[in-house]
Amino acid sequence: MSNVPSNLKYAASHEWVLKNEDGSVTVGITDHAQEALGDLVFVELPEVGAHFDKEQEIAVVESVKAAADVYAPLAGTVTEVNQAAADAPESVNQDAYTAWLFKMTPDNLADVDALLDAAAYQAVADAA
Amino acid sequence: MLKKTVLNAAHRALGARMVDFGGWDMPVNYGSQIEEHHAVRNDCGMFDVSHMCPVDLVGTDCRPFLSRLVANDVAKLTVSGKALYSAMLNEAGGVIDDLIIYFLTDTRFRIVVNAGTADKDVAWMLAKAAEWKLDVTITPRRDGNVPLGIIAVQGPNARAKVWQVLPQVKAATEGLKPFFAAEVDQYFIASTGYTGEDGYEIMLPAGEAETIWTALKDAGVAPCGLGARDTLRLEAGMNLYGQDMDETVSPLDAGLAWTVAMKDARDFVGRAALAANGQQKQFLGLILLDKGVLRGHQKVITKQGDGEITSGSFSPTLQQSIALARLPLGVAAGDEVEVDIRGKLLKAKVTKPVFARNGKAVQ
Repeated sequence: MSNVPSNLKYAASHEWVLKNEDGSVTVGITDHAQEALGDLVFVELPEVGAHFDKEQEIAVVESVKAAADVYAPLAGTVTEVNQAAADAPESVNQDAYTAWLFKMTPDNLADVDALLDAAAYQAVADAA
Repeated sequence: MLKKTVLNAAHRALGARMVDFGGWDMPVNYGSQIEEHHAVRNDCGMFDVSHMCPVDLVGTDCRPFLSRLVANDVAKLTVSGKALYSAMLNEAGGVIDDLIIYFLTDTRFRIVVNAGTADKDVAWMLAKAAEWKLDVTITPRRDGNVPLGIIAVQGPNARAKVWQVLPQVKAATEGLKPFFAAEVDQYFIASTGYTGEDGYEIMLPAGEAETIWTALKDAGVAPCGLGARDTLRLEAGMNLYGQDMDETVSPLDAGLAWTVAMKDARDFVGRAALAANGQQKQFLGLILLDKGVLRGHQKVITKQGDGEITSGSFSPTLQQSIALARLPLGVAAGDEVEVDIRGKLLKAKVTKPVFARNGKAVQ
């Protein structure tokens, strides 16, 4: 059973979103996603400063088995990337909620509230 | 409705992640795929390959039948128990399947074919036996009255673990050189595999498969899924049917020229097409020099023209991404080429199509 922390918001495409106090959000892939992918061996992060639309491909995570796109959970501009996750992709398997991938400043902060809550995402993950 | 092997419940009880593999509900990994891979390179792992299909041939015309049916020459099989890897071709020289033929007696052979191709393979064999009016009875053994299961136990400690669980087979199997088989009572034990490691493939009555699987696990053999099986065979440079070759690909373009016996005038299906077309491409390895992961169908750009990756992944032994690729003639091991990965051109080195065997990197 995968871990779905209740303090986070989620996209149905298996990204988690943490709202920060400075108005930015931190984004990673969910525990369910890392478990489905298996041993991760490569993470490609976006460029800092680049703008993405909601649901646009923003990063790539590759396991031994397969490559998977990570989608922007909301529209915004990338402000920081977690190079440590790219240097050690297995850290995402070890703890998907510590090994974040990137931070963004949302175009509209209210978009965060429109994302799935933990219970709604759990239902998505269970159906997958 | 997915087909299930006799070990399906055992995989689920072990918490395996199950996937649809060519219509079969199979374990892709139980825990970490990379750990399963290392278990086989360094110790011992086992795979349920009961989805593959043993096909028994019985009759006075087994040899003339096989001589025409496959591209390799069964005349090489002179010692009882010896195995031969071959492609079975269509008239156009494309690969219908790759398979292993075990020679038991002049009137009894066993062939093991791939899971997804088994039905068409058997239909082809039956049609050819009828067309050539030969005395050979062809019996698939995956189903039927006495179905067989197959457990592949692979790794440097595989033989010792098998003898621990099946002590009665030790005497008949301890002297087996690679690519042989021995029959002991209801067990058919072959020193073949798909990992580049020592080990056995055990064919046994399906009803016994779970008992033996559990005993092997209790003896410390790591259950391994099809994920690790794929990275192990990729490192060993072994072709995967459907990815590295299929009915549209000549064995000469898929790195299988060593399995095509053309020296004498033996007539076999596909020979005329191979002779007419010759070799058009070469089958080589790639090691990615930049960061990323090589995958099947990515384009390879070389000085001699474009090629294509047929299988690619991350090599747990080399800790780099590796691939098998069909490249233009003239490209040589040591060349640097580019691979188009999502629109970016990344650098890769051309190698011989083998990366690791017997626990060690060979590149």
